[in-house]
Parts: sequence; structure tokens; C-alpha cells
Amino acid sequence: MSLLELDDVKVHFPVKKGLFFDRTVGHVYAVDGVSLSIEAGQTYGLVGESGCGKTTLGRAVLRLNDITDGGVVFDGTDLAKLPGEEMRAFRRRLQMVFQDPLGSLNPRQNIESILSEGMAAHGIGKDQTERREKIKDILAKVGLPSNALSRYPHEFSGGQRQRIGIARALVLEPDVIICDEPVSALDVSVQAQVINLLEELQESLGLTYLVIAHDLAVVRHISDVIGVMYLGGLVEEAPSDALYAGPRHPYTKALMSAVPVPDPEVEDRRERILLHGDLPSPANPPAGCRFHTRCPWVQETKCATERPPLLDTGDGHKVACHFTAEIEAGTVKQTLATGIEAVTGTETVAAEAVEVSEGETEAPAADAPKKEPATVPAQADANAKEKETEAKAAEAEDTKKETADATETEAKAADAAEEASDATKKAEGSPKA
Amino acid sequence: MTILTNKADKIDRLAELTQSTESVSGSSLWREAFRRMRSSKMAIIGAAIIAAFILVAIVGPMLAPHGATAQNWRSEVFPNQGKFVGMRGENWFGLDHLGRDMFSRWLVGARQTLLVGVVSMLIGLIVGALVGVLSGAAATLGGKAGQRVDTVIMRFTDIMLSLPSLLLAVSIAAVLGQSLTTVMIAVGVVQIPIFARLLRGSMLVQGGADYVLAAKAVGIRRKRIVLTQILPNSLSPVIVQATLSLATAIIEAAALSYLGLGNPDPAVPEWGVMLSQAQRFFDNEPMMAAYPAVGIIITALGFTLLGEAMREALDPKLRG
Ligand SMILES: Nc1ncnc2c1ncn2[C@@H]1O[C@H](COP(=O)(O)OP(=O)(O)OP(=O)(O)O)[C@@H](O)[C@H]1O
Ligand code: SF4
Ligand SMILES: [Mg+2]
Repeated sequence: MSLLELDDVKVHFPVKKGLFFDRTVGHVYAVDGVSLSIEAGQTYGLVGESGCGKTTLGRAVLRLNDITDGGVVFDGTDLAKLPGEEMRAFRRRLQMVFQDPLGSLNPRQNIESILSEGMAAHGIGKDQTERREKIKDILAKVGLPSNALSRYPHEFSGGQRQRIGIARALVLEPDVIICDEPVSALDVSVQAQVINLLEELQESLGLTYLVIAHDLAVVRHISDVIGVMYLGGLVEEAPSDALYAGPRHPYTKALMSAVPVPDPEVEDRRERILLHGDLPSPANPPAGCRFHTRCPWVQETKCATERPPLLDTGDGHKVACHFTAEIEAGTVKQTLATGIEAVTGTETVAAEAVEVSEGETEAPAADAPKKEPATVPAQADANAKEKETEAKAAEAEDTKKETADATETEAKAADAAEEASDATKKAEGSPKA
Repeated sequence: MTILTNKADKIDRLAELTQSTESVSGSSLWREAFRRMRSSKMAIIGAAIIAAFILVAIVGPMLAPHGATAQNWRSEVFPNQGKFVGMRGENWFGLDHLGRDMFSRWLVGARQTLLVGVVSMLIGLIVGALVGVLSGAAATLGGKAGQRVDTVIMRFTDIMLSLPSLLLAVSIAAVLGQSLTTVMIAVGVVQIPIFARLLRGSMLVQGGADYVLAAKAVGIRRKRIVLTQILPNSLSPVIVQATLSLATAIIEAAALSYLGLGNPDPAVPEWGVMLSQAQRFFDNEPMMAAYPAVGIIITALGFTLLGEAMREALDPKLRG
């Protein structure tokens, strides 16, 4: 039995309107039926575009959001139905590290107060002296000086603040820590340090992690299993290596194809799958397969009408697509005129190659993402197999307009592809839409 | 309906100022604001006026050259014949219609006016803050039932806000009967919905902040979260509003006194009362009205200037 099991978890936020008394006029289907399980001592990486419901799911596990439906079974207890006070007691064992290190620390509390508050609430330590000793211990573990105790959050650097956030979770001696984009607010140079710290802590304390990220590179390094989320649901789940070696869901394929490969030769041959249009609104998700509005392989049958379940396709590699086998076998071809408007406006799964190095000083600061508009300039499809491909003009608001005609020679297409790869690199770490 | 939305919107915008504390530490938020205010003419003039007013209100009555109620020069004024005594060495502001020294009355009146303003503002602040905390706590951490409680309270405050404040104050004063306490209560009650909505609004902003979620996540009890986390971070706009409210409180208290709803003993000077007494003789002796009127206008201006300057200094959009 897994330590943490989510069973068809749904979190729907009511959309309210009304002059005097609020009426519910609809719902945001932020999380819509997610099942997954996490084994003790393992790390589950959850990735997906901005707004797909990762944070909401993570918070639902701790019941920081109301769970509309489904079960969250932690160590044999269904948290979803637990009364408030009992849930509060369970929170000691399930902790969270937040995305925004500064925002998650009360500006008016010093570090000792922030760290001891939770301990006091759970009756850990007889008195403040005992708690302070314990806190000093933990501070040392996360690499903070003990004189940090009397200081305030704004006196620390971003990386240090995240260490405080981690320490806040650790003082309660939790079993599970949910890390919601633990490094995405940090400088690239500091990201590796924090990821390393999380890994070390897992080893020494036997922690179980649910790590949320929009950055495939971050999760890959530390996850045992990775789940890919799209619009409130899991579309693929597999052991980390298997997922990277052979993504099977069209969405994952597209995500992976956006990651540049360090080897220039491989990079040149890399097939890039670009997605059409924007992420649909979770308030009005597409029927059938959630991905069918953007899927390059979308089929006439089933895709728009039936929601594909997440099924094991062998070796624990689960995929939610009606045509996994056919796509794998190559019997169904890409149907949509291949992608021109790559990832418009949304935060793509960023492709920074975060090198998780042991030495804290040698983090690759040179890789710091440049802030560029998220819109990727158009480029022609490099996949020349598709003769009928009609590459449309693509416009990047702030950048130059480029028109490329895909019916032109292969050589031209390849040129364009190269350019696009530059653009993709530039768009890495692009600000949220 | 427009009045309702205008007032409510303005309050909500002020409430949003709290957001700024998310990125700045509490103490440095005010320190930063203070630094900006020091270079703001508005703030300096406002603060200077308020300081002068408070000084006059506190030490003024002790320095009054004559008794404020003594009709020492009763034989020199003949209000019925339009004969008054204006400025002169002995009586700097002249005499009123009963032959009392206007300057002494003005000094003593300042204290009354400050008292009425501060007490009524405090009534509004304290009751409004209690209602606001209840509403804000219910809305942020009270679940579905809490949200319903919050909705009911807020609709009620919206209705109060939609009534013209002076009308509301006059109605309350009419019910309670004529007295100084009446004025203070009536003016204070008018401020309640403003403070309630404001505090509730900024608590809502704070309630959604990550550090509140974090506190909840480590298992801190709701009541403690509201009192030690949300509330202290929600107070900045309330402090601004309290300053602005002093201006309206002074004007509204004066208006009620002017309408004859104030202190029934006309011998006790208060700027509003003085103004209403002067009204009858305005044709012959306009100066009698000018002293209290100028006093009211300038102090109200002082509080408004300082309040607005604070608001600007705290506004993250204007912060450099
Ligand atoms: N309290 C709320 N009320 C209504 N809608 C919400 C609420 N919280 C989140 N949402 C919506 O639910 C969807 C999922 O949000 P969520 O924050 O979980 O996404 P995310 O995957 O964590 O994205 P990001 O990468 O930007 O953090 C979004 O469309 C968001 O607007
Ligand atoms: S079910 Fe259809 S639309 Fe969905 S991913 Fe598979 S092929 Fe694409
Ligand atoms: Mg998120």
C-alpha cells in the first residue's frame, strides 16, 4: 500500500456572480479526476503548463483547498473526509514548501517565531527553549546560520528564504513534503543548491516528496515517477527514465520536443512538435480528450467525444490517449497542419538544463533565462514528410513578423527550424502569461 | 446605486494597499512610507496643521485670556440693533452676541471639536473593526457558513454606505435626542461601515496570501491565524482611513451641532455650535462665523492632506 494515494480527486472552484446574494454560475475545473499513488521514500514529480492545476492538486492533498470529490488516502486514512481538527493534527505529517519563498513567510514574524509556531501548535517540545534547540538543529541541516533565529524574512536572500520554508516543514518531522515549484522563483544559480538540499534531506530523513514543477529538467533529476498534467488531469505517468526515453502521450511528446538537446547534431535532427493555440480555459474544458483542441494526432473518432482513461501500457507507463498504440506504431499520422503558433502566451514547460551540481558555487549562472516575450516566432515545419503542410504566417507581437512557406524547399524549412530553435531557447523561462 | 458603488469601490481600493506588505516587511513598509512622506509637501503641511491644532486643543484653553462662558462685555453688544464689537486689543477675535470673548471661546472650542472628532472616529473605528474582523475572518477561514455570514454583513454595510452619511447621522441623532454624546455616536456610526468594509477587504487580501496558507499548512488554529497573522498585516489601510475619517468626523460633528443636534448647553463652546450661533448674525457680523468655520476647514484639510499623503506613500504602484 502506498503512503499517499489520490483517488479520482476533483477540485472545482465555483464561479460566483450576483448583486446581493452570490449565485454559482459555473465552475473552474482546476483538478478534474486525478488518481496517483506515491510510495514511501520516493519522489513523485508532477509537471504541466501554468494553470493546469498543479498547485491546486498539491493544496488539495493538504486540504488547503476544499476537495470537491474523490479521496486522498494518507497512510490508510482518507483525509478528504476528515473533520477539521483531526485534519489539523494530520498536517504535522504532511508538509508543504511554497513556490514564492518570500510570500509564504509572514513579514512581521522573525524566523524563530515562524518555525516554532507550528511546533507549538502540535505540542512538539516542552517549552520554547527546547523548541529553539530543535530549530537550531534543523537550521544547521538546511544550511542556515543559527543567528538567523532573530532575523526577519526580508533580511535573507531568495535561496535562504526557501531554506527557511523547508526548515518550517522539517521541524514538524513530516513524512511527506509537497514541494510546489520549490525553485522556480529562484535564480538559476541557486536552484541547483536547493534541489540538492531536498535530495540530501530525503536521503537522511527518509522523506517522501511530491515535487511540482513546470520545468522538466528540475523534476527529472530528482523524481522516481513523473506525472504529466494537462488541464486538470493526468495524461501520462511513468518512471522517470522511461518517460524521458519514450514519451507516449502526444502532449508529453510536444513538451519533450521543446527541450533542446545539448548535442548539436542530435539537436538538428530533433523532430519538433509544436502546439496550436492556447491552453483552453479550465472553466470550460473541451469535451472528450482535453487535449483534442491542440493535439497534432487528433482523430475524427472518439477524441472529441470520449475522455480517455489513464491506462497502463506496460511497465507502469500509463497514458491517457485513445490512440497510444496506433501513434506508437505509426499507423495514425499527425493530422493537424503542423504547428506554427508554438506555445502562445502560455508558460511552456521550460527547457533550461539545470545542472544539479554538487559544488554550490559552480552553478551555471550563464544559463540564466532571458526574459523574452513568450511568443515564439513562427517557423516552417521541418517535417517534410507532410506534403500538404501549409505553414501559416506567424506573428510575434513584439518581435518581427516572419512568413515562411512550408511548401518551399526542404533546405528553407530546415533554416527556419534552426531559427525557431533559437527562439525556443530565448523563450525559456519566459514570464508567465 | 452609484453612490453605493463609488464609496464601496474607494474603500476596496484602499484595502488593496495591504497587498504591498507581501513583498516588504511590515516595519520597513512604514519606514519606507515615512521616508517618502518626509519629502511630500502634502504630508508636511498636513502634519503641521494637525500638530498646531492638537497643540491649540491641549494648551489653548489654559492660555485663554478670558472665561469662555463669562459674558463680561454684555453691555457693549446689541445684537438686535446690529451693534457688535470686532477685533480689538483686549478681545483679539472680538465679542460674540452675548458679549463673550470670541478668542477664548475659539481656543476652548478647539478642544471640544478635537474631542468630538476623535471620539466619534474611535467609535467608528472600534465597532467597524470588530464587524470587519468578524466578516473578514468568516470569509477567509469560516468555510461555506462563514462566507454566508460575511455576505450578510457586507450587504448590510453596503446599505449603510448607500445612504448619504449626513442624513444617516441626523436620523440617528434625532432618535437619540440632543446631546454631545449623540453627536459623537451619530458621527461614529456613519463611519462603522467604512471601517468594517475596509478591514474586511484587506483581511481578504491577506487571507489569500501564501503565508496564511503556510500557517494553515503547519497546523496553526484558525483563530490564531486571524489574530496573529492576518490582522496585524491588514491594519495599514485602517490607519490611513482613521486619519481621513477625523476630517469627516469633525465636519459632520460640526454640521450636527449646526443643525442644533449637539450639546444642548450653548454656553459650552464648540466650533459647530459657535457656527450655528453666528448664523443668525451673519449679515451684521460675518467674522463671528468665520473663526470657527476657518478652524473647521483648516483642521479637516490637515487630516485629509496627511491621510492622502499616507495613502500615496503606502501605495505600491506609486512606490519607487
Ligand atoms: N481559488 C480559486 N478560485 C477560482 N479559480 C482558481 C482558484 N485557484 C486556482 N484557480 C484556477 O484553477 C486553475 C489551476 O490553477 P493552479 O494554480 O492550480 O495552476 P498551476 O498549474 O499551479 O499553475 P502555475 O504553474 O501558474 O502555478 C487556474 O485556471 C486558476 O485560475
Ligand atoms: S485521445 Fe486523441 S486528441 Fe487525445 S491525445 Fe490521443 S489522439 Fe490526441
Ligand atoms: Mg502553481
